[in-house]
Amino acid sequence: MLEARVTKVLGEFRLEAELTTGSGRVTALFGPSGAGKSTLAACLAGLIDPDRGRVSLDGVELFNSENGTRVAPERRRIGLVFQDARLFPHLSVKGNLEYGLVRTPSIERRVDFDTVVALLDLKALLSRRPRTLSGGEKQRVAFGRAVLTSPKLLIMDEPLASLDAARKSEILPFIERLRDELAIPIIYVSHVIEEILRLADDVVVFSHGKVVRAGPAVETLNATAVVHGADGDPASVIEAVVEAEDPGDGLTALAFGGHLIYVPAIAGQAGDRIRLRIRARDVALARSKPHDISVLNILAGRITEISAGGIGHTDVRLDIGGGLWARITRRSANELALRVGQEVYALIKSVAIDRGGTGAGG
Amino acid sequence: MEALSLSPLETEALGLSLRVALWCVALSLPLAIAVAWVLARLDFPGKVVVDGIVHLPLVLPPVVVGYGLLLLLGRRGPLGAWLYDVFGITVAFTWEGAVVASAVMAFPLMVRAIRLSIEAVDQGLESAARTLGSTPLGVFFSITLPLAWPGILTGMVLGFARSLGEFGATITFVSNIPGETRTLPLALFGLTQVPGNEGAALRLVVLSTMLAFVALVGSELAARRIRARMEG
Repeated sequence: MLEARVTKVLGEFRLEAELTTGSGRVTALFGPSGAGKSTLAACLAGLIDPDRGRVSLDGVELFNSENGTRVAPERRRIGLVFQDARLFPHLSVKGNLEYGLVRTPSIERRVDFDTVVALLDLKALLSRRPRTLSGGEKQRVAFGRAVLTSPKLLIMDEPLASLDAARKSEILPFIERLRDELAIPIIYVSHVIEEILRLADDVVVFSHGKVVRAGPAVETLNATAVVHGADGDPASVIEAVVEAEDPGDGLTALAFGGHLIYVPAIAGQAGDRIRLRIRARDVALARSKPHDISVLNILAGRITEISAGGIGHTDVRLDIGGGLWARITRRSANELALRVGQEVYALIKSVAIDRGGTGAGG
Repeated sequence: MEALSLSPLETEALGLSLRVALWCVALSLPLAIAVAWVLARLDFPGKVVVDGIVHLPLVLPPVVVGYGLLLLLGRRGPLGAWLYDVFGITVAFTWEGAVVASAVMAFPLMVRAIRLSIEAVDQGLESAARTLGSTPLGVFFSITLPLAWPGILTGMVLGFARSLGEFGATITFVSNIPGETRTLPLALFGLTQVPGNEGAALRLVVLSTMLAFVALVGSELAARRIRARMEG
């Protein structure tokens, strides 16, 4: 377990963060660009010295401004994956992978070379030079290079940020495999909600150099406004279980809070836990159960909160066995005479659901 | 064919020039790399002064450098006397002295080239190497040095060429002694001082030019190979 409390002033910017990794495998450090996530990652890895604070990993003190403890980065046993893969251009892929491995004392080695090569599908790349690799391949090599040092903690600092959308979805499964196959706790730094939804067990929400909230992923994300999409609209995160595989009409049924939710077919088996992010503006409300309507997902729920929203619209929070935000026009809200405690129906268009898988164990 | 074989004077001057130049590069390289690294990577008060001292031989008249060396390393100079008393070493008026003179003259050129190439090494790679378990010294030898290697090679060639061409500091410090300190430029200078040696002088000019050209082309080819290997 990592425990950190650091203060670092860089010009105008002030990082003042307290961080504890949860019991889960992946703790996400989530926040907008410029929130200080990378600075914090560098402080943890020992590349930057905090002005004040204390960092400890599995009970071993790595930094303490009070007693002057300052363990060098090469002795911290923290692996770091950078946004720009930072492969060594003068070494082959194999040379890059072995760089950290040979510098790890043999009694500390728990991660096997062949295992990592198989896990990350690197066999065909071993003799290549980094310059000849695509962005996604470089990042896979960087993952392998870091885990081959058998770190006690792996920090991935925006590892997908320099890749395009297609590459990202190619690489995400590899990160899931690392998470599931190697027992290395991961701190995953990102500003992209989809990655967080898919990977994180716990989330630490970061803003302006400060931790805003921390805890289990779904609860933490729902409790903050940061679930907002790139468009700034609020959204809800729910965790559902695959109920039945695609019966042939291109849909998968998910069970959530006593409801069935239909989403476009996903590659999952019955029992898999899936996280969904539902944008508030994709949810409509009805006071009575509508019939003869194309929308498949009609979920009964109770209004728990009506917030002012913005000009012309109101955000309504429902309890449908979990929280769900709906954004409707203020006029609709008035005409329906919505109030807290009322029973209503939420209408969600199936196609409006983002998928974020959480792997086998969830 | 007679014209293609070297005369004893030419052989002697050429051999001496090569010996002095090779020793000059070999001896000053480690120090040049160290100073280049310090100037490229560290920030400390007085850095400007260190930078200035390193570059001084580049702007001083070589005769001044040679005379300075004589004052310092001559038999009665503070450092020269100590070297003689403790180790029995004499530098002034020996070929070793010629090595010292050209090393001092070549040093700023070597430092400049190496410093530029060290500055061009991405420090992100160096910090990545640290997180992979490398000590700062290990990072220097496994990352910084191999990546700066083309620039180091350039520095070596510049130093080698500067040493081949060294004249002013050498003649002031170690004089023009046949078989001891009479390198190619000094032999050429000697020939031009006596009328009737135009032909012999011209042969030395051609020899010096060929030597410098071979060094430059050789280093360029080597640098290309290094670059090609790095870029895979």
